[in-house]
Amino acid sequence: MYPAMQGIMAIVGAVSVCLTYYFVSNWLLDNVFLPAKGAHISRNINRANMIRPWLFLAPALLVLCVYLAYPVIETLRLSFMQRQGAEFVWVGLDNYQQMMTEDKFWEALTNNVLWLIIVPAGATAMGLIAAQLTDRIYWGNLAKSLIFMPMAISFVGASIIWKLVYDTRPIDQEQIGLLNALYLFFGGDAPQTWVTMPFWNNLFLMVVLIWIQTGFAMVILSAALRSIPEETIEAAILDGANPWVVFFKIKVPQIKGTILVVWTTITITVLKVFDIVYAMTNGQWNTQILANYMFNKLFSANDWGVGSASAMVIMLLVTPILIWNVYNARQEQL
Amino acid sequence: MDNIAGSKSSLRWAVHLSVAFLVVLWLIPTVGLLVSSFRTTDQISTGGWWRALMTAEHNLILRTAPPSTQTQINGKYVVTGSLAKSGTDLDIRVWGVSSRAIDDYTPGATAKLSKGGEITVSKDGHYRMEHTLPFTGKRGTRIFLSSALPPEFTLDNYHKVLFDPKNVEGMGQAFLTTMIVTIPATIIPILIAAFAAYALAWMQFPGRALLVAFIVGLLVVPLQLALIPLLKLHLNIGIGKGFIGVWLAHTAFGMPLAIYLLRNYMVGLPKDIIENARIDGATDFQIFMKLIVPLSFPALAAFSIFQFLWTWNDLLVAKVFLIDSSGQTVVMTAKLVEMLGTRGGNWEILATSAFVSIVVPLLVFFSLQKYLVRGLLAGSVK
Repeated sequence: MYPAMQGIMAIVGAVSVCLTYYFVSNWLLDNVFLPAKGAHISRNINRANMIRPWLFLAPALLVLCVYLAYPVIETLRLSFMQRQGAEFVWVGLDNYQQMMTEDKFWEALTNNVLWLIIVPAGATAMGLIAAQLTDRIYWGNLAKSLIFMPMAISFVGASIIWKLVYDTRPIDQEQIGLLNALYLFFGGDAPQTWVTMPFWNNLFLMVVLIWIQTGFAMVILSAALRSIPEETIEAAILDGANPWVVFFKIKVPQIKGTILVVWTTITITVLKVFDIVYAMTNGQWNTQILANYMFNKLFSANDWGVGSASAMVIMLLVTPILIWNVYNARQEQL
Repeated sequence: MDNIAGSKSSLRWAVHLSVAFLVVLWLIPTVGLLVSSFRTTDQISTGGWWRALMTAEHNLILRTAPPSTQTQINGKYVVTGSLAKSGTDLDIRVWGVSSRAIDDYTPGATAKLSKGGEITVSKDGHYRMEHTLPFTGKRGTRIFLSSALPPEFTLDNYHKVLFDPKNVEGMGQAFLTTMIVTIPATIIPILIAAFAAYALAWMQFPGRALLVAFIVGLLVVPLQLALIPLLKLHLNIGIGKGFIGVWLAHTAFGMPLAIYLLRNYMVGLPKDIIENARIDGATDFQIFMKLIVPLSFPALAAFSIFQFLWTWNDLLVAKVFLIDSSGQTVVMTAKLVEMLGTRGGNWEILATSAFVSIVVPLLVFFSLQKYLVRGLLAGSVK
């Protein structure tokens, strides 16, 4: 039980350290360094109020800078270096050049582009359909919560769930994978090994992520659909629009902004997810993606230089979304 | 929307059916794994989980007792016994004495053996072999049979995965490790983020807008970039791989979302209450502890659920910052991946282990869904 004790102590320790920090630093500020009394009372109060936000922010900023901001710069630096023994030597663009010559990298990049197109599109479309349909029936909330459920399942758990669906047995045995059973039932001649089937296996892996992300898209789009002013829809119906026209011409244009948010959020998830490919194929049979390529470089090949270079490629792909998000956040605040 | 002109009843039926179809489609993969986790090895290999409620059939090759056990009764040499292995039941439908014709005989019938003599096999696997001459050879005669496998559900898999001390998978141990990683990694970031979010929402200071933009930017930074530098850092400052490293990493990686969510929520709190408290002489610290924290409960709950699900389900951070070569600190997700490699065909163990790891997040999800949805909406829709 030693690690469990360590865990409990970590909780108690960290919580009390944090609370003590906030309390003591605040108390010191008010009572020792800049007391709200004496000759400089108003100056002290003003200065204390200038400093206090930074006291509240300090731990969070420290953690953010060390664990997120610094690594971005450090990874960029490491991508120009190569490890030789314990030393890092500057090698310029060698890592990038080496990466460019590897077939696996191009395979990962091509597959990643496919993932970036198909998964956000698939999940957003399915989410939109599910949101629109479930909003109109009395058991919609139950249906929603069941479609949303895969969100709670780990990517690894989902991979196992789908691996059973894609399972293949020799032709003379009973199939225990649902997909092969259906395939044979509808006239297929021999069981297929879905995860090794060139090109299509990528789609079978993407299905897993679409299955997980659809719930997320549905929840957000459903809220957006509900916020559409009722009058616009009623007016369209009175003008004789059929449900399809109402949906595509009246509703969808009004939630365009939300669709874009959902799309970009799923895009970021796609770029980060490595678990599904790692658990189901580990990039074999032409299913490599960048996140898994990077992990393999890092821990199987132990090549920190090329690993960092491929991480920078992922960062590069995220950057447009990053800029767009920051731009939007700035707009809102003004 | 029911009373709006234009919604036809045929369309309403179509909607109901499509939603039902979607729900079934979304549930089926999980149900398959759940059902499989309650089936025995034999059951799983003889038919898909969708047949779990039907009687299946499986073909077996079993041996009678060896000739050394024969006795002499009324001048005949006799071997008797049961084909069923101890602890299992047979329900023989057809049987035979050759691999090419396993359906020659029904239970109770008597077959001629190729080496001489005859054998009678009953439905439950009891047999009687007779011959006027002694049976020879070292091993028993092979009987080919097809036996019915009635539907059967068992908790044995769960017992084996969680409690069996001989079980090399050690899922019980991994469960504990996951808990130890998850709980501090959920609690610590909330505390730190709440103070920061309050400062960003309700305190005036230069550079505030810039900081918010900085955090929005960090929201998107892929985890992958942090791995190498932080591993290097942890090794340099002596944390190495272990719980402290993984708690720190999870705390940090959850921080942008935590601050963003909490700040968005806190900004929306009624201004009057906070201004009044200020006028009454409350300090920022008091306002935070007595007003903001209780009022922000929904947002705090939403973030805790996110962070809990994320840390519980995480594989990457644990693999990089926690799991060392000792193998004592393997989290469940990593264990599952390991099993996929070594026991890819043992679906009863895989399915059960997967469910052990899935069940806690599912419970959290279904009991606290309200907060989760609220949090999602606060995070992405303005």
